[in-house]
Amino acid sequence: MREVAVVSSAVHQVEALTFTTDVQLMVPLINQARDSVGLCQDEIGFTCSGSSDFLAGQGFSFVQTLDAVGAFPPIAESHVEMDGAFALYEAWVKLQIGEVDTALVYSYGKSSPGSRRDVLAVQLDPYTMTPLWPDAHSVAALQARRLLESGGVTVEELAGIAVRSQRNAVGNPNALRASADVTIDDVLAGAVVADPLRATDLAAEADGGCAVVLVAGDRARELCDRPVWIRGIDHRVDAHGLGVRDLTRAPSAALAAARSAEQAGFEADVVDVAELHASSTAQVHLLTGELSLGDDVRIDPSGGSLAGDTLMAAGLVRIAEAARQVASGDADRALAHASSGPCLQQNLVCFLEGQ
Amino acid sequence: MTDVSDARGRLRADLVIEYPFTRTTGPVVGAFMTGLRDGRIVGSRRTDGRVFVPAAEVDPETGDAITEIVEVGSTGVIETWTWVDPPRPGSPWEEPHGLALVRLDGADTPMLHGVLVESADDMATGMRVEAVWRSERVGHITDLMGFVPEGTGQEQNGVEGVESAAEGTDETVRSIRTPMRLEYDFIPSAAAQEYLHAYADKRILGNRSPVDGAVFVPPRGVDPRHGVAATEMVELAHSGHVGNFCVTHLPIPGRDDLPTPYVSAWIHLDGADIGFLGLVAGCDLDDVRIGMRVRAVWKSEEDLGATAENVLYWEPTGEPDVPVERAGNQAWRGSVPGEVVEDA
Amino acid sequence: MTVGSLGELTAVLGVGQTRYQSTRGDVSIAGLVREAALRALEDASCTWADIDAVVIGKAPDFFEGLMMPELFLADALGCVGKPILRVHTAGSVGGSTALVATSLIQGRIHRRVLTLGFEKQSESNATWALSLPQPFSVSINAGAGGYFSPIIRRYMARSGAPELIGCMVAFKDRRHALRNPYAHLHQPDLTFDQVVDAPMLWDPIRFSETCPSSDGACAMVLGDEATGDAAAGPVAWVHGTAMRSEANNFPGRDEVNPQASRDCAVEVFSQAGITDPRSEIDAVEIYVPFSWYEPMWLESLGFAEPDRGWRMVEDGSTDIEGGDLPVNCSGGVLSSNPIGASGMIRFAEAALQVRGRAGDHQVDGARRAFGHAYGGGAQYFAMWVVGADKP
Repeated sequence: MREVAVVSSAVHQVEALTFTTDVQLMVPLINQARDSVGLCQDEIGFTCSGSSDFLAGQGFSFVQTLDAVGAFPPIAESHVEMDGAFALYEAWVKLQIGEVDTALVYSYGKSSPGSRRDVLAVQLDPYTMTPLWPDAHSVAALQARRLLESGGVTVEELAGIAVRSQRNAVGNPNALRASADVTIDDVLAGAVVADPLRATDLAAEADGGCAVVLVAGDRARELCDRPVWIRGIDHRVDAHGLGVRDLTRAPSAALAAARSAEQAGFEADVVDVAELHASSTAQVHLLTGELSLGDDVRIDPSGGSLAGDTLMAAGLVRIAEAARQVASGDADRALAHASSGPCLQQNLVCFLEGQ
Repeated sequence: MTDVSDARGRLRADLVIEYPFTRTTGPVVGAFMTGLRDGRIVGSRRTDGRVFVPAAEVDPETGDAITEIVEVGSTGVIETWTWVDPPRPGSPWEEPHGLALVRLDGADTPMLHGVLVESADDMATGMRVEAVWRSERVGHITDLMGFVPEGTGQEQNGVEGVESAAEGTDETVRSIRTPMRLEYDFIPSAAAQEYLHAYADKRILGNRSPVDGAVFVPPRGVDPRHGVAATEMVELAHSGHVGNFCVTHLPIPGRDDLPTPYVSAWIHLDGADIGFLGLVAGCDLDDVRIGMRVRAVWKSEEDLGATAENVLYWEPTGEPDVPVERAGNQAWRGSVPGEVVEDA
Repeated sequence: MTVGSLGELTAVLGVGQTRYQSTRGDVSIAGLVREAALRALEDASCTWADIDAVVIGKAPDFFEGLMMPELFLADALGCVGKPILRVHTAGSVGGSTALVATSLIQGRIHRRVLTLGFEKQSESNATWALSLPQPFSVSINAGAGGYFSPIIRRYMARSGAPELIGCMVAFKDRRHALRNPYAHLHQPDLTFDQVVDAPMLWDPIRFSETCPSSDGACAMVLGDEATGDAAAGPVAWVHGTAMRSEANNFPGRDEVNPQASRDCAVEVFSQAGITDPRSEIDAVEIYVPFSWYEPMWLESLGFAEPDRGWRMVEDGSTDIEGGDLPVNCSGGVLSSNPIGASGMIRFAEAALQVRGRAGDHQVDGARRAFGHAYGGGAQYFAMWVVGADKP
């Protein structure tokens, strides 16, 4: 396996980007990610992005966003209609082959013009589920109740996860929900909006984008002081139907973690930090178990996606956040997680290590 | 779509994406829908006896097809639930309702559907429920109105038993309609706002690239060759030439005002370095040619709005043509595409 | 530098296609993709259990109104517990999907990958899905034909090509389609005059020179060198792959012969060690949704000199009967166009040619073939070269 590192990243998340197009959002982020390691687009071997037409209400919406990259002279470039974490995976695979040494990955989402919870109803089985219009909050709630009633977690524990996220998010310019002194009582006093979930149990919806540069081998060492090596990366998917799965589990997350740990040569029990892409506190709890994150791991030091969740980019943002923490020396090893689909149907895990 | 300016004069529009999708079901999902039309719930049974409801055409564990159809009960138990209040715009229910996974008697997997009770206080995991049917059914998941606490269904159904949708209907259901409607707030970017407002004043704006002064119209806030922000706006002439064109014989959806055939052309304005699509009229179709010089024909003053549609079409000026080899994108002063050339 | 020296050799072990037609009313979306996938598995003598990963691709989700269909289709594609990716690069998607799948083998991530492109566009309406209303924009395009016809007109003016070259391409592709049982358009009684007399849609493109709107799916099973060696039947070996994108609408852009197309072709032929494509390639499957793109792409790709591609059409060089460079023996996009699959069909047909499995549209003795897809405003390109022998 070829050594590939995250050498730079740029993230921007706000509540709503009203007068900014996807292109205008991404120009500074892409430039920042490249400039911080002194690379221009000509030196990027492969570019890959992740986004969704459904957020824009426009087919082929990613075509316009290519303007932000500077795609002339022509570039080797591809796109997935998935979270940017999967675009990063595709770029990592490309680097494994050895034809190119550098990759630019970017991802963005502006869900504020529409209703995100309704858009996601269209992600479900079109014959038996979508016509009932199970919006994303309702779907998350179904899973949360299963967890609570199976004895896997208590309401107070979920509130504790919300509190931890908000406190960790203090100082994170990309967090929408941060508070140094919020308490469990404060959280429990909030109204239930999607029974049994409160607003603070649901990820704070954001508009935003993220750009990451990957570099392979010694080149990474030349370009930055502390490359953040991707020691292992894997992703898996579970069955789609909500009734077919045990909603208290996410086998694909456990499997992706196990596979990427095999590649890395170490497991989650020795990471310092973990950044999780969850749409609810209940999912954070579930993932903590599935990913075997012990008590020593600092979970979501950035606040996690709970503190600010950009649809289609949140997973890439988790990787960028974890990489930033390792690059700065706050952590030596990190686990970053990305997910897709209802109730954690699809999961990506990567293990990062700084040198 | 309504063009609306908000209180601060900023443009926004409603963007609605909707379509009545027609989905063909294939045999297994079709059997499920046929069952619903007939007032029955069916599942598919795997060779080991596991019954999937709704009927699944594939075994998730192996990828093998499942074809055996079996009927299951219309009563069952809630395995998990939530409460939806208010119902979403796309919801088939008009009142607040429960949404639950209900495992029917005889099924091994629960199905998603609504629970019709007064409040969340009336919902509980483990509660037994029974199906309530619409009196007119077509073969659709909403043939089921939802579920109610077991024993209270008769009041809802209001009829003795459940009748099939139509007498003597032997045909299986092969397709369903699943309309989708999503609404978006379409708010042009700041650059686009400026461009559109300028149109209301019969001014055409472009973006100048900071790299080499190339002018892009409409302005998109970026030079796409270099991935750098382009913020400088410049005003452009209302004349230019035809870079490319074609004669279209198909009407445009939503443009009944366009007589066919018509000429759509790439208009290269004087001072701009790329073209944009416009209509050419005011001459015979056969006279339109690459390099023909044109000028804007505007709507009358009272019809002007913040939109590029203010230009009704582009008409010939009668001036000598731009030579074909220097027309359109070949008018670029750089000798190669993307070449950085100092502003003349 | 050949592909063989960079990463694992990749083999096409099997190909599966559905019959392309305007409406596949007999299947669900899952049924449609499974049909192609199962045929590919059978052709590859594989089962679901042998597949390590799945890569699917398709055009905008608005066509079926199903967001991110890889999630719904995970079960149907035997993918539970496995990785699945979904590629979207506009019209070139079928090709780029195949390339992403190839990367997984080349990078030694997986040993057998199922890749598939599909579209069930009958569930909505292609024209609607391709031109969703955008407020404040002038809408006068009337579809892809309205976009590409001006470009074609430029080519005609520049090259001096005779007016009926496009009709000759359309007639040829529809005759080729008669040899392909999967093709959508089977028009056995079609005459050249009928092609010429068909109503003009976007002058110079007539109705007879445009692609149909099709439902369909196309799948391939890819494997590493060892599985290729162990295969019972013939495999196609990947000799070269390339993807290029360029910005849309910038000063000086050559939209008739985009640089991204030229650069992509240079790279893929370089990887495959090909210096004279016209003589070294035996069969060509290129993405031609509007007739004139055959001569235009032949020039851009280096099969013909600039402004001379039309001569190859005129003198029959691209006809399977008697031509020395048969193009689109499958009938091409002009005969079948499930948008998300069309690029993959080109790649798969190239593989079928060098495996000797193209049936009645087989080019005799084809040893090397070329697959091509493009998308967007002629700005996304994906290409591969496959051969009967290892590179």
